[in-house]
Amino acid sequence: MHRYIPNTEAERKDMLATLGMQDMEELFADIPDKVRLRRPLKIPKSHSELELTAHMTALANNNLGARNYTCFLGAGAYDHYIPSVINHMLLRQEFFTAYTPYQPEISQGTLQAIFEFQTMICELTGLDVANASVYDGATALAEAAIMACNATRRNEIIVADSVHPENRAVLRTYSDTRDMVIKTVPHKRGQLDIELLQAAISMNTAAVVVQSPNFFGIAEDIRAAADTTHAVGALLITSVDPLSLGVLKSPGEQGADIAVGDGQALGVPLSYGGPYVGFMSATQKLLRHMPGRIVGATTDIEGNRAFVLTMQTREQHIRREKATSNICTNNALIALATAIYMTVMGKVGLKEVAEQCLSKSHYAYGELLKTGHFEPAFDHTFFKEFVVKSKVPLQDLNRKLLRHNILGGYDLGQDYPELKNHWFLAVTEKRTKAEIDNLVAKVVE
Amino acid sequence: MRKVTNLIFEKSVIGRKGYQLPELDTPALSANTIFPAKLLREQAAELPEVSEVDAVRHFTELSKRNYGVDQGFYPLGSCTMKYNPKIDEDLARLKGFADSHPYQPEELSQGSLELMYRLDSILAEITGMARMSLVPAAGAHGELAGVMAIKAYHRSRGDHKRRKFIVPDSAHGTNPATAAAAGYETVEVKSDERGGVDVAELKQLMGDDIAGLMLTNPNTLGLFELNIVDIAAMVHDCGGLLYYDGANANAILGITRPGDMGFDVVHLNLHKTFATPHGGGGPGAGPIGVKERLVPFLPCPTVEFDGEKYFLDYARPQSIGRIKNFYGHFAALIRAYAYILSMGAAGLRHVSDTAVLNANYMLHHLKTRYDLPYDRICMHEFVLSGTKQKQQGASTLDIAKRLLDYGFHPPTVYFPLTVKEAIMIEPVESEPKETLDSFIDAMLKIADEVESNPALVRSAPQTTVVGRLDEVKAVRQPVLRHVFK
Amino acid sequence: MNVPQQLIYSHAHEWVKVDGDRAYIGITDYAQSSLGDIVFVELPAEGDKVAAGVTFGVVESVKAASDLYCPISGTVVAANHALLDNPELLNTDPYTNWIIAVALSDHGELATLLTPEQYAELIK
Repeated sequence: MHRYIPNTEAERKDMLATLGMQDMEELFADIPDKVRLRRPLKIPKSHSELELTAHMTALANNNLGARNYTCFLGAGAYDHYIPSVINHMLLRQEFFTAYTPYQPEISQGTLQAIFEFQTMICELTGLDVANASVYDGATALAEAAIMACNATRRNEIIVADSVHPENRAVLRTYSDTRDMVIKTVPHKRGQLDIELLQAAISMNTAAVVVQSPNFFGIAEDIRAAADTTHAVGALLITSVDPLSLGVLKSPGEQGADIAVGDGQALGVPLSYGGPYVGFMSATQKLLRHMPGRIVGATTDIEGNRAFVLTMQTREQHIRREKATSNICTNNALIALATAIYMTVMGKVGLKEVAEQCLSKSHYAYGELLKTGHFEPAFDHTFFKEFVVKSKVPLQDLNRKLLRHNILGGYDLGQDYPELKNHWFLAVTEKRTKAEIDNLVAKVVE
Repeated sequence: MRKVTNLIFEKSVIGRKGYQLPELDTPALSANTIFPAKLLREQAAELPEVSEVDAVRHFTELSKRNYGVDQGFYPLGSCTMKYNPKIDEDLARLKGFADSHPYQPEELSQGSLELMYRLDSILAEITGMARMSLVPAAGAHGELAGVMAIKAYHRSRGDHKRRKFIVPDSAHGTNPATAAAAGYETVEVKSDERGGVDVAELKQLMGDDIAGLMLTNPNTLGLFELNIVDIAAMVHDCGGLLYYDGANANAILGITRPGDMGFDVVHLNLHKTFATPHGGGGPGAGPIGVKERLVPFLPCPTVEFDGEKYFLDYARPQSIGRIKNFYGHFAALIRAYAYILSMGAAGLRHVSDTAVLNANYMLHHLKTRYDLPYDRICMHEFVLSGTKQKQQGASTLDIAKRLLDYGFHPPTVYFPLTVKEAIMIEPVESEPKETLDSFIDAMLKIADEVESNPALVRSAPQTTVVGRLDEVKAVRQPVLRHVFK
Repeated sequence: MNVPQQLIYSHAHEWVKVDGDRAYIGITDYAQSSLGDIVFVELPAEGDKVAAGVTFGVVESVKAASDLYCPISGTVVAANHALLDNPELLNTDPYTNWIIAVALSDHGELATLLTPEQYAELIK
């Protein structure tokens, strides 16, 4: 007997008898003897809830997360404030134990929440249509590239090297098994070099991929990239930090055709890298090339407004090998978390968070430069992350900080050989002046 | 019963606030002092303005318009809607896990890495594989990584002529979509009269242009592939590899293993077999396992142990590369690991025994009134046909909607495509006998209703918060976002 | 099912109306009725080459997408753009609402198509 399996031995016997059977083995008669496993699985023994909790707590306590540390690390995953209500709402079993809303009459909760999520993503990004989510920011970017190739019937993707290195790596993997060519354009002083882009782009280009704020924290001139891109009939894909859109102009207003990004900053815990959520929005013209589920509003038989999964002929369960993507399960619950975040923060709060990030990161930047231990790397048009060039090796610096329970910045030299000892820090609204001052003090100590 | 819930945007009141940030304690900077005017947002995004209470009421109200496993029976075929243990939610939220940054130093992530390393070897033992990758985000993502690994394997041998992947006509849509996404031409193989792969036709398709075969076993009819040993040999003899779609793994835990059946690559849906919640459509987790010869091609990074410490291994020159950010849906991995530890070996075996028994018990009662296209012992699920009822005036869709009035989530319908008016029922192990009996009663009553009053069934559901939806209108006049006045 | 006498038909349930060197192609009453409510039509561009037996577009209902197979070879000289906004025209009047017009490259192919009687037999 097990606490998650209700039927007793007597009930099982009774059910077997109904089938005219004596033994469970009779149910497995179709499995060739040759492939039967005739021994117990070699896995740990069954744990009671108390034993399980003790074991898991021991594992969790072996992580930095268990300590009260101060996080200045970002690079795609951020320590932002998460309003308590999000977790309480996610733990409503009606949300988290529900399946994909294929039966709309009993799934209006998920469907309406996703419709609201799509609306918020459209509003933030300034584009016409959004899907119900994909796995994360990197797969959103790869799916956008595929979308662009299908829409333009071209196969070349030009990507700025200031796009997150992991996202570029995922794009490479996705391109490798299909007819897609990836070209990379180097940055110039931390920003997309439009002249190099102009030199690289051609009538074979399906899309140009730009990230803003980019992997150096700097806001890119999306309009300039869009103009260059559109001149050859290609599409501009922008990867964006949704929080930055509290103060920065939306990609849509600057001419982007597709916007993608990761929703982690919008109320999702770090959780050692996932699950987060990828969002995608695009111009109306590209709707039929969108991957994944899309929720639409319609009416029920009595004329009441109601929501339903729509435009489904794009998807694998109908179009099979001709589908726009193979995605089925997405990250709906995390999309819901971000929708709740955007609801409680609201129109004013999102801007306030963005401005606090901006103010605090620029304060930290200034204070670090004042120590004389760092030089500026690029210009100062950054949002919540910035790069400084360290005069001491970063490994030593980060190690020293960890001893003080400070998680220091990302070492850009790992991905950009020319940026050795370039330290990439994130300062969110959660960091206090005292914490920033402490960072600065410990750096010089 | 019927009631419209206003959108959160329609509940917005200018000036309301649902948050409070600490007062800014560093000098306030305005965005226009940092960015050029052309980069500045002029008009704020139209996010709602509501209080925290308004937000909580709104999402609570929405949640009440949903149906989850804790409410009742959810016999969705191929979806394995089992109970999601509460303790697993607590454990996934332990501060040590939840507050871990993916780029924090490995020596400060030893707990998470150890968990992943252990889960890797446990899943490998369950599937009979050499190694797993825990990175894939969902089943379809696992399929893509797995088929990419197969492609990389063929390429590594200089074998570039294999352009085709074989997929049965009863397969999930993700199978052909995945093969296409990995750059393969898909070739469909038909089912035989017993519901399995038509071996004679498969033989015809074999050749040195075949990269592999994707198979679900038990298949989407809930039937075990009787010829699996021969099929595996046939594919291997022509140089192809076998891919196991783990959607139906709930039927085989501790009973048989894909590795022992001859499969080279497998994915598991942790959100099905290993009880992590579906979340209204995701997130899931779709780890893949491979045989020894395919280990070098697994996605990056893998988690390794050098005898002293656990670490992320990127030094994998033959790897297909990265397939997503970071290391996978870690919080889903925590839940699956916790579930497996809760069950233990005997418990997992008990899962599959009970799931199969429950399915056969229901099949036994339901085949008296509904057509059963393949009358065999089933595994964890079975597929009925509503053809007879359709002739009597109510389709499978109508029956599904009528079940809503009886308080049940309907089964999967119109899938697999090989069965007309398909009704695919998966009762899972976590349902007590009385639930199975009450669902059987409802299905039998509906069969009566179809005979006596098909119009009643066609007009279902009556009891839900909305009635049947106009899906034609939803496509012809798409409204995909709220438009602000 | 309505099978007009003045048209010829393909096995894939398209009709062809020949007008000199030009052929109009649409879907049959049987095809629209099996598809149900048509919600979307994807058309080729004018000037595209089409070949007998090869797909030239797609018609979709809510839960199905069907490729359109060209019964004859040639060049697309016109596509019926009214269908983009009103795909339901294919349901209401499948024989008036042609989908594409093709400049025929091989009149001989017409002989391989079905007569109204043969087509009526096919869909019986």
